[in-house]
Amino acid sequence: MNFWQFANPTVFMSWSGKLLPWAWLTALASLAVALVWGFFFTPDDFRMGSTVKIIYIHVPAAMMAINAWLMMFVASLIWFIRRHHVSALAAKAAAPIGLVMTLIAIATGAIWGKPMWGTYWAWDPRLTSFLILCFFFVGYIALWEALESSDVAADLTSVLCLVGSVFALLSRYAVQFWNQGLHQGTSVPVATGERTVDDVFFAPLALAMLGFGLLFIALVLTRTRTELRLRRARALEARQRMRLEQSV
Amino acid sequence: MKALFWRDLKLAVASGGGVWLTCVFFAILVVMIPFGVGSERGVLVRIAPGVIWVAALLATFLSLDRIFASDAEDGSLEVLAQSPLPLEALTLIKALAHWITTCVPLVVIAPILGAMLGMPFVSLGPLVLSLLLGTPALSAIGTFGAALVLFVARGGMLLSILVLPFAFPTLIFGTTAITSVLSGSGEMTPFLMLAGISLGSVGLMPFASSAVLRFGLR
Amino acid sequence: MMVDLGKYAGDVFAAYAITLTALAGLVLWSYAQAKRAKSKLASLEAEAKDAS
Repeated sequence: MNFWQFANPTVFMSWSGKLLPWAWLTALASLAVALVWGFFFTPDDFRMGSTVKIIYIHVPAAMMAINAWLMMFVASLIWFIRRHHVSALAAKAAAPIGLVMTLIAIATGAIWGKPMWGTYWAWDPRLTSFLILCFFFVGYIALWEALESSDVAADLTSVLCLVGSVFALLSRYAVQFWNQGLHQGTSVPVATGERTVDDVFFAPLALAMLGFGLLFIALVLTRTRTELRLRRARALEARQRMRLEQSV
Repeated sequence: MKALFWRDLKLAVASGGGVWLTCVFFAILVVMIPFGVGSERGVLVRIAPGVIWVAALLATFLSLDRIFASDAEDGSLEVLAQSPLPLEALTLIKALAHWITTCVPLVVIAPILGAMLGMPFVSLGPLVLSLLLGTPALSAIGTFGAALVLFVARGGMLLSILVLPFAFPTLIFGTTAITSVLSGSGEMTPFLMLAGISLGSVGLMPFASSAVLRFGLR
Repeated sequence: MMVDLGKYAGDVFAAYAITLTALAGLVLWSYAQAKRAKSKLASLEAEAKDAS
C-alpha cells in the first residue's frame, strides 16, 4: 500500500475513526496523570517555590504551539505539492489549537513571571517571539475565515503559511538581536542530553509533554474529520442545488 | 514590461494624488506623537527612530489595496495574467511602482520629521539610509498581502493583520540601525540585515505573490 | 489531600485554572463542531439517497 493512500479522504476517515478513541483515551489519561502528579506530588524548587509547578503546563504548551505551526508548515507543503485535501484541512484544523497553546504559554508565563521576575510582561526575546507567533496564527485563521471557496482558501493559506514560516523564523532571530532577555535558556536540551532540570521535575514534565502531544493529535484528528465532513456536506448541497435547477 | 511600469506609475500619481495623501498621513502620524507623549526633548529623541519607522510602516501598508484592486475591477489583471509576460515580473513591477510612489516620498520627507523630533543632524543620514534599505522589503511583502486579500470581499483590515507581522524583522533592524549610530557604536550589522531582508524579499516575494494570483484567478 | 503551595498558591492555581479552562473549551468546542458536522452530513446523505 502506498503511503499517500492514507491521505485519501475515505481512507483517512476510516483509519482516523478507528484511531480516534485511542488517541483521546491516551491523551486524557496521560494529561490527567501528569498534571495531578505535577500539581500534588512534586516538591517545590528551593529557589522558585511552588511556582515551579507551572512548568508542567507552560513548557508543553509552548512546545505544542511551535509544533502546531511546524505541522501546519508541513501540511501546507504537502497540499502545495501533492494537493491532498486532507492535508490542507489538517492545517486548517491545527491553527486554532496552536493559537490556544500559544495563549496558554503566554498566560502561564505571565503568571509565572510576576513572582519570579517581578513583572507580568517583559520585552524578552522569547516572550516577544511568542507574541509574534500568535499574530501569525491569527492572520492565518483570519484568512481561512475570509475566503469562501475552500480550495482557493487552501491554496492561499498554504502560501501564507509557507512564506509566514520564513518570516516567523526571521522575526525570532531579529528579536534576539534586538534584546537579550530575562528568560532562562532551554530547560530540556534534547540534542546535548544534559539537563538543567532535576529528575524529580523532569519525569512528570516529560509525561505532560507526551500528554499535550497526544491531545494535539486527538484534537487535530477530530477537527480534520469535522472539516472533511463539512466539505462533503458542501459538495452534496451543491449537487442538490444543481438538481433542483435542472428540474425547474 | 517598461510600458506596464510607466502605466502603473502614471496611474498611481493620477489617482487622486495618492502620493500626497500617503506623505500627509505619514507626517500627521509623526507630528501627533509629541502631543501624545509630551514635548520633552530627551524623550522625543530617544523614540524618534521607532516613531518614524512605525509611521512609515503604517503609511506604506495603508496604500497597499491600490496595487491590484483597480486592475482587478476593470478586468485588466486577467488580461495581464494571460499575456506572455510572466506573473512574477508583473508582481515585481507592481511592487517597484508601489515603492517609488509611496516609499520614496516617505524617505524624502523623513529627515525633516526626524529633525522636528530633535534627532541630531548626524543621525539623519542613517535614518534615510535605513529607510531606503528597508522599505523595498515592505513593498514586496505588501504586494504579497495585497494579492492575498484581492480575493476577499472586504479585505481592508485583514490586509493589515496579515501583513504587519511580516514587518517585524524590518522594523527591528530599521530602528536598531539608527540607534546603533546614535549610541556611537557604529555597528553595521543592522544595515546589512536590512539590505539582506530587502534583497531576499524583492527577489523571492514576487514568486509567492504570483503563486497567489495564479491560484486565485484560476 | 491538599498540597501546601506556600505564598505562590494563587499564582499556581491561576495558571492551572486558565490552562484547564482553555483546553476544556477547545475540546468541547471541537466536539460540538464535530457533532454538528456529523448530523448535518447524515441528513444530507439521507436526502441525497431519497432523491436518487
